[in-house]
Amino acid sequence: MPKLIKNAVVSDNTCQTLDKEFSGSVEDIIASQTGTLVPKQFWLANVSQFLENDNVGVWLDSDEGPEELEPYLNKLNLIAINFPKFADGRGYSYARILRDRFGYEGELRAMGDILHDQMYYLKRCGFDAYAVREDKDADIVLEGLSDFSECYQASTDQKLPLFRRR
Amino acid sequence: MYKYDEYDRQIVQERTKQFRGQTERFIDGTLDGDDFLPLRLQNGLYVQRLAPMLRVAIPYGMLSSTQLRKLAQVSLDYDKGYVHFTTRQNVQFNWPEIKDVPDILEELNEVEMHATQTSGNCIRNTTTDQFSGSIENEVIDSRPYCEIIRQWSTLHPEFAFLPRKFKIAVNACPDVDRAAIAFHDIGLEIIKNEQGEIGFKVFAGGGLGRTPVVGSEIRSFLPEKDLLTYLDSIVRVYNMHGRRDNKFKARIKILVKALTPAKFAEMVEAEWQHHKDTEVQLTQAEIDRVKSFFTAPDYAKLEDNPTTFVEIKASNSEFENWVARNTNTHKISGYSIVTLTLKKVGIPPGDVTASQATAVAALADEYSFGEVRISHEQNIVLADVRQDQLFNVWQKAKLLGFTTPNLGMLTDMICCPGGDYCGLANAKSIPVAEQIQLKFDDLDYLYDIGKLDLNISGCMNACGHHHIGDIGVLGVDKRGEEFYQVSIGGRSGRDATIGKILGPSFARAEMANVIEKIINVYTENRTEEELFVDTYRRVGMAPFKERVYAKAN
Repeated sequence: MPKLIKNAVVSDNTCQTLDKEFSGSVEDIIASQTGTLVPKQFWLANVSQFLENDNVGVWLDSDEGPEELEPYLNKLNLIAINFPKFADGRGYSYARILRDRFGYEGELRAMGDILHDQMYYLKRCGFDAYAVREDKDADIVLEGLSDFSECYQASTDQKLPLFRRR
Repeated sequence: MYKYDEYDRQIVQERTKQFRGQTERFIDGTLDGDDFLPLRLQNGLYVQRLAPMLRVAIPYGMLSSTQLRKLAQVSLDYDKGYVHFTTRQNVQFNWPEIKDVPDILEELNEVEMHATQTSGNCIRNTTTDQFSGSIENEVIDSRPYCEIIRQWSTLHPEFAFLPRKFKIAVNACPDVDRAAIAFHDIGLEIIKNEQGEIGFKVFAGGGLGRTPVVGSEIRSFLPEKDLLTYLDSIVRVYNMHGRRDNKFKARIKILVKALTPAKFAEMVEAEWQHHKDTEVQLTQAEIDRVKSFFTAPDYAKLEDNPTTFVEIKASNSEFENWVARNTNTHKISGYSIVTLTLKKVGIPPGDVTASQATAVAALADEYSFGEVRISHEQNIVLADVRQDQLFNVWQKAKLLGFTTPNLGMLTDMICCPGGDYCGLANAKSIPVAEQIQLKFDDLDYLYDIGKLDLNISGCMNACGHHHIGDIGVLGVDKRGEEFYQVSIGGRSGRDATIGKILGPSFARAEMANVIEKIINVYTENRTEEELFVDTYRRVGMAPFKERVYAKAN
């Protein structure tokens, strides 16, 4: 079972993630009791039905910016951003825009190639949940959250740069 | 010089601890090679042709004598007893063991050095004029701004995985640009506006590599307090929109070109509206705090050209030559800036043995307030030497082999490590440098040729900056054989230009003769005042081409 780290606790990730090209039935998704992550374009196309449903979240791929989600953010409680490879760092900027610019307060989940050594950066950019790559031990990956205890820059988790605190 | 406080120390130590963990996981197999690769690169560790190579940052080129001694010691304890200074104010160990790297980093941390972001697709070490703080005519000392950028870029959470590497350079001299800011992803020129306020002219999208581009101005004046918010905006636009489908199209220069500089500037300005009034805006207190580390040393009150110095010069032409070629005018009277040239025949440019490094540290302690600078031409600078002590410095440096009075001359080449060491290189570069140095070892002939930049890169990555030399040499691979392509007419400073390719490439054995023919066309055609590039621009490519490719009779 894939693992999810949320609020620094490891649990089973029961959430189902639909393919980017998914084009099936909206009703089936809504009927499902386990959570479902719906790709951005499909989600936007059916937004009125999905918004009412707590079990449905939306996921963005690394080539899909977050801007079109802005009108719905106060009714969304799960957004996931995919990192197809951890070296593709676009998702860090998307996360900061969602949190810092649009004021999104729901769950922000990193998915895809999520490993130990990205955890600290992800946390700093506003992620609070991490769907860990399946071949990794989530309990060890979790330790990455605390690789550093101090930082120079302001970011989502610390609005004051070090020079305003030192 | 900047001194770490408990915050800086904690961050570099935790970084080393993190890297130790990554290395251990790699060695025990829980972190596979592909996943370790980007992580080790972000700590300056390459796996090269013969052994790993560790690149350590020398922020804005400054080293204390203590740091220099530590580098020497590390090279003896973990390496083969020498270090290599690069073209971007970094230093490399060519033969460490992977398992030892965390220990090396710990030792370097003790003297406030690190390898963070010296490679990888992230913001690299910020470089500047090697003479900053000492040179006449600078608008202001650029080093405090470089340190502010160093801290901002270190472990920046949003920009650890950019499309490609990202380099920033700063220049503060109105008349010259020793930092080559036009060939950086971001170039910052420190200027004063009409009100006398300090700010930056901002250039973006410059770079060398396989598609050399001169950077475009995207902002004519950025107030100093807005430095970091504007940098955040540029890098965010690049992070989100830079190409990631093709490594060779991923640098910011491709994005700026594709969008046009005007459109790119507009996107940055739009992004900046969200950043400029946040807490990231610099405070005067922070600017002052960082500046307080770069105050002038305790200069003596002296006159320029003291009698003893003038007399020795008059009686010793070798010394006089060296003073003329290898020193620069200091902003304080009675002082000079000395460049020790690390370009001797048979020694790879930039290589310094542990004993030489230790001896230079002693020179720095005795004659230059205990500090040295590393230049992008891979030389060592003593930035604050009393003129009445220049003769002593010259004599001592001569024994070390660092006084070849060829600064800025043809044999003061920039040269990457090339195929002898580097896994990326198509061809060796050091033997070419050596061959040319041997051909042009007559100093009178060199002085007659005058100032001339000869730059050699072993591959398209252009670490030897071949595009911006008067003469550039690029190693290419032709059906498994090493060949060399020659370009001419490049310039790095104020009037930045990319050199043009002369024609078909040459075998290694021909290289010194080819260079000689090019030089002959120049010396035969130049007017008295003309530099190489002036003659080239006047007469064009044709005479050079004709001479070099002429059929032997």
